[in-house]
Amino acid sequence: MNLLEANGIEKRYSSHLALDDVSVMVPKGSIYGLLGPNGAGKTTLIRIINQITGPDKGEVLFDGRKLNANDIYRIGYLPEERGLYKKMKVGEQALFLSQLKGLSRNEAMKRLKFWFEKFEIQGWWDKKIEELSKGMAQKVQFMVTVIHEPELLIFDEPFSGFDPINAQLIKDEILELKKKGTTIIFSTHNMSTVEDLCDHITLINKSKNILSGQIDEVRMNYGSNIFEVGYRGNYDAIASNLGGMFEIINNNIENAVPKLQVKVANPAESNKLLQSIIPHAEVVSFNPVVPSVHDIFIKVVGEYNKAHGLSNN
Amino acid sequence: MKQIYLILQREFSTRVRKKSFIIMTLLTPIFFAAMMVLPSYFATMEDTEARSIAVIDNTGNYGESIPQTEYLKFTYIANTQADQVKNSLEESGYYALLAIDSTSDKITPKLTIYSQKQPSIDVISHIENSLEKEIETRKLKSYNIENLDKILDDVKTEVKLRSIKVTKDGEEKESNTLITMGIAYVLSFLMYMMVLLMGNQIMQGVIEEKNNRVIEVVISSIKPINLMLGKIFGLASVSLLQIFIWVILTFGLATVGISFITEKGQKANMEQVQAAQSMMAQQGMDANNITANMEQAEGDNFLTALKNQNFALIIGGFIFYFLAGFLLYAALYAAVGSAVENITDTQQLVLPITLPLILAIFVMISGIKSPDGPLAFWFSMIPFTSPVVMLTRLPFGVPAWQLALSASLLVITFIVVTIFAAKIYRVGILMYGKKYSWAEMWKWMRYKN
Repeated sequence: MNLLEANGIEKRYSSHLALDDVSVMVPKGSIYGLLGPNGAGKTTLIRIINQITGPDKGEVLFDGRKLNANDIYRIGYLPEERGLYKKMKVGEQALFLSQLKGLSRNEAMKRLKFWFEKFEIQGWWDKKIEELSKGMAQKVQFMVTVIHEPELLIFDEPFSGFDPINAQLIKDEILELKKKGTTIIFSTHNMSTVEDLCDHITLINKSKNILSGQIDEVRMNYGSNIFEVGYRGNYDAIASNLGGMFEIINNNIENAVPKLQVKVANPAESNKLLQSIIPHAEVVSFNPVVPSVHDIFIKVVGEYNKAHGLSNN
Repeated sequence: MKQIYLILQREFSTRVRKKSFIIMTLLTPIFFAAMMVLPSYFATMEDTEARSIAVIDNTGNYGESIPQTEYLKFTYIANTQADQVKNSLEESGYYALLAIDSTSDKITPKLTIYSQKQPSIDVISHIENSLEKEIETRKLKSYNIENLDKILDDVKTEVKLRSIKVTKDGEEKESNTLITMGIAYVLSFLMYMMVLLMGNQIMQGVIEEKNNRVIEVVISSIKPINLMLGKIFGLASVSLLQIFIWVILTFGLATVGISFITEKGQKANMEQVQAAQSMMAQQGMDANNITANMEQAEGDNFLTALKNQNFALIIGGFIFYFLAGFLLYAALYAAVGSAVENITDTQQLVLPITLPLILAIFVMISGIKSPDGPLAFWFSMIPFTSPVVMLTRLPFGVPAWQLALSASLLVITFIVVTIFAAKIYRVGILMYGKKYSWAEMWKWMRYKN
């Protein structure tokens, strides 16, 4: 079941079309990656989901019905452009932002106490934000984003400003939230975290949704025609006997084992490939090469822009 | 509503605890009170340096006609010493040398004062006044009128105009134009000052939120228009609190200051009164009653005039016009703040906002003399100037229909302006690195949602 559905969203800013018929389906309990180059329209889509701005066309469904004003209490949003009141004390500020999200003062106090202990920052309550380092402020920011225990969390570049240790802390926190059943939309340029965390991805480019799906399916679709073969034997013998059917695209030695990368015309021909190598060399490993999300991103966006005569900027 | 209140509360509590707010709130009344008290304090200060002045009377007619005072001694010296004294004033211990020479008309003498320093105004006026009186009396005497003294006493007159306002129902109220003008001035200036000050603060607050990047965090939980209204109401309550403290402290300090001064003054007065009494007692008059009665009457007039100001109307009117005018201008300031990223970029955008305010102050200054004239009337109807100009007219009394018309025009305008300002604000706060101009803001205004 989908917690959030955006159907045919269109948004226009005077002469510029920010979103053109974009649809996304975010399954309940998933981590959903929203990818795309800068200026593609991701932030606009996120702002529409947060009701900061409204779509010109299309509709957003939350939990099966039309998104309404009270849903802001069920959504948590960590924007890319984020900050806190510099002159305000951490505790007061956290209390204020929690209350804005609909918590009562007492409830907010109780939960803040819990989070301050969890992050081991009890001593910060009376400090001003300007006295904290950027990473420390980010922690506070993360805390007030999740304080009202929303069903849907939207993180826009959540790891920027964190050192590796705190980034890991936040990553663990996100996974724990997922375990509790929270649905998470996640926008980032850091592709390795996408591979680590996301179940689904959508790639938005030039205001359009150009690729959507489960992350494993997407990767398989984009990479199942290349195989890596580790062998012991003579390279020339293999190469001369592969014939015109297969194309060797790479040959190098990795961990003391020579490895070939071979492109097949059809993924179903992997057995055939093996059969034609085995007589000439000892095969020690055989793997499909799955492209990284990073590679897919570059490939898909590049191809799309080329096909539509657009520049990559 | 709850969210607007939360924003209001945050604005209020952070601003009220700022050092600059506390200092401003406490120092301003001291300044105001000083402005009220110091002039009367200076007035009570007398020149207490003892001076002696040499007089050379070449006419021989004015011996002893300049009375000695506590601090001024007049010594008559012989003609022959004149040059010597003139050239060595200090060595001879004189402050100045006064020469009285006769002129052709025999009666009015020629007076010259020689001194090393510019003689003080007190000295000059004392000499002039006493000689003037003396000469006047002499001239009168030269007409040989019978019973001259009695006639002179008889013609002494003092006129006092008591002004009484009559309402339509025939009710009469003692009024005082000076008090009314004073109240009018203070009210409209407060209005003008607070709108400028707080408008700038709102603008700075908006720019700060934008630069802090806290805005998008907040805006995901509250509608921009509610955020804007919360901020404006927050600042309005800060201002009202500040004005309230100012008024109380100013009057408190001024009362203390003035009573301190008058106490000092009264002691001196008492001595004079006693002297006069003993003199009059010889003439068998009951002086005590006369002076007491006269002062009593004067003070009563002032107090009744003050009491008779319709304070309920004035305070109510002030709060209404203050809030409505404040909201109107604050919304515009907020819109400007949202459009820029830097306080220095605001100048050209703010100018059109401050112009009507400055105009209103000009109208106020001339309108205070004729509060019912066409200038004051029209500008108290136009919404952008009415908050200032109507407050100028209010203490003088304004017909109910004019108040109603001006108030409803103001309310309608502030609703319309707030809606449009909110539209600019909504787009502006999320806009970075855009070129700002009124034209650009006009475009934002027409964005949907």
